[in-house]
Amino acid sequence: MTAMTKTMRMDSPFTKEMDGSLKEVRDRLLKEQRELQLHKFLRNKLSVFGFVIVVTMLALAILAPVLAQCDPLALDMKVRLKGPSAAHWFGTDSMGRDLFARVLYGARISMFVGFTVGITSGFLGMMLGLYATTNKYLDNILMRFCDGLKAIPSTLLAITLMTVLGADIKNVIIALTIVNTPSMARLARGSALVAREQTYVEAMRCLGASKTRILWNHIAPNILSPIIVQMTFVFASSIITEAALSFLGAGVPAPAPSWGNILNEGKNVIYNAWWMIVFPGAFTALSVLGLNLLGDGIRDVLDPLSK
Amino acid sequence: MAYQKTHCVLFYLFFLDSKKGEDNMRKFIVGRVLSIIPVLIIVSIVIFSVVHLTPGDPAASILGDEATVEDIAALRARMGLDKPVVEQYFIWIGNIFHGDFGMSVAGNETVSSMISSHWEPTISLTIFSTIVALCLAIPLGIIAAKKKGTAVDSTVSAISLAGISLPSFLLGLFLMMVFAVKLKWLPVSGYKSMSDGFIPHIRSLILPGVALGFMHSALLMRMTKASMLEVLNSDYIKMAKAKGVKEFFLIAKHAFRNALIPVITTIGQSIVGALAGAAVVEYMFAIPGMGQLMVNSIGRRDYYVIQAIVLIIACINVFINLMVDLLYGIADPRVRLG
Repeated sequence: MTAMTKTMRMDSPFTKEMDGSLKEVRDRLLKEQRELQLHKFLRNKLSVFGFVIVVTMLALAILAPVLAQCDPLALDMKVRLKGPSAAHWFGTDSMGRDLFARVLYGARISMFVGFTVGITSGFLGMMLGLYATTNKYLDNILMRFCDGLKAIPSTLLAITLMTVLGADIKNVIIALTIVNTPSMARLARGSALVAREQTYVEAMRCLGASKTRILWNHIAPNILSPIIVQMTFVFASSIITEAALSFLGAGVPAPAPSWGNILNEGKNVIYNAWWMIVFPGAFTALSVLGLNLLGDGIRDVLDPLSK
Repeated sequence: MAYQKTHCVLFYLFFLDSKKGEDNMRKFIVGRVLSIIPVLIIVSIVIFSVVHLTPGDPAASILGDEATVEDIAALRARMGLDKPVVEQYFIWIGNIFHGDFGMSVAGNETVSSMISSHWEPTISLTIFSTIVALCLAIPLGIIAAKKKGTAVDSTVSAISLAGISLPSFLLGLFLMMVFAVKLKWLPVSGYKSMSDGFIPHIRSLILPGVALGFMHSALLMRMTKASMLEVLNSDYIKMAKAKGVKEFFLIAKHAFRNALIPVITTIGQSIVGALAGAAVVEYMFAIPGMGQLMVNSIGRRDYYVIQAIVLIIACINVFINLMVDLLYGIADPRVRLG
């Protein structure tokens, strides 16, 4: 059956020609759709605002060594707990470290953790969700397991995992990936179950495409939209959870300039150093706001029905 | 007329189908109650394996680097870590059914006695923050739905966006800085129990309660607005409006009661969220609750305490979800049939 279809497609000049023109039409349609989506995205001021914030944060994180003149770990006991000034734009902390440098390097940690967790949990969740649809027993086991994991509130699961694994940036990423993968897997499974029943998948099955090929070449690209949207929200929530974990002393270990660490130090000097809370706090809230707005914008464009 | 007719038809269907309806109801409740058993088993396995199957020896990490091999072996034997993993799991579960969560590693106290001396502030805080969330979310959600597309609506949307983007510990810090440190209106931290008087009790809960409740009120607000909009556009509301029902009664009596049903689900979630979020907020405001106990146990690596608290909150979560589903099924017959 497979061989026959293949030879038919290869031999007939008609199909070849059709293939060529169809490809052209498809490319043109895809291009038009992309332009339309871009236009729709740009028309929404809030999502553009979110996009600008996220890009700025990423730029600040990447350019931190260039923008910050001081070393974020360099101690200077002469300028302990000084307010914002020309030399230290955001002031200094209780050990005389430059807060501007620390907040920028903190953006590096937050963006790195959030981005990595978003990508890894999205990819893992998609793999698990897609494979769950291929086998009933696997599906049952995986989904019960996901339900169990989801029943544990994410902050608490993350705290437990961090206690066992030990405070370290690598472990923060592992713990947050474990926390966020179940809902990704559920989402991917749900979308894949819908996509599986579509006519194009049936057509591929009739053409004799293998199960793996259908799963990865045809179903996977079509469930990407909700996954990408969810990845943005996971990015945002990972920034929050990382900051909360570091705040509790269970995240990135102390001297490293994570936003949660700076806020925890700020809490101890809340009576005399407002800048220790306002600057890292504003950066955290702005990044999360930007990502949420961006996520909403992407969802409106890619996945308008799932509101 | 049509309004009354719908009622008559519903009435008729209800009585015609009452026997069958009862059966369906029983089937729904029993099925839903039984369905939590596998979830609870998986939850306990997950929590157990997180602590017991991770690389590294818990006994060694509790005792630190200077412990001798004999010390570690003795602690392993005391904690039952020398037995096979499956046997350890069943011993652990069996003890939990007797209310025994093990001994705390640090002190000479049982975990259950530690929890029983810490649960009260957490419950107070959870209830208070849920009330804050409801008081903020429901009126604002209703107003936003009624004045859709106006400045009021966009303000409410902005508030709910701020709530989603401000994690509770951040809002808590900002509130603490403004209302406790600068204005000195409220205590910076500490907790007064009900026995110290009602006013001090509430005063000590306001800042942490608002910090916790605001985030959940954002979700509740969105839910209330969406659900209210759906109801306001339905035919029976238009009918009631045409009949000349007063604006206030239209919202309060006709629309709100039906719009409330989807909101119940979100309330359940926000209670669980408050219980879980209490860890950070209690640590910040020095409230001696279960969350603070958990955070203090991180540094001590007191696995049994953490295990017990996470298990308890996860079980509460499962039960609240069950209650919400059952309430939903009772309030909305379509759910139990579907």
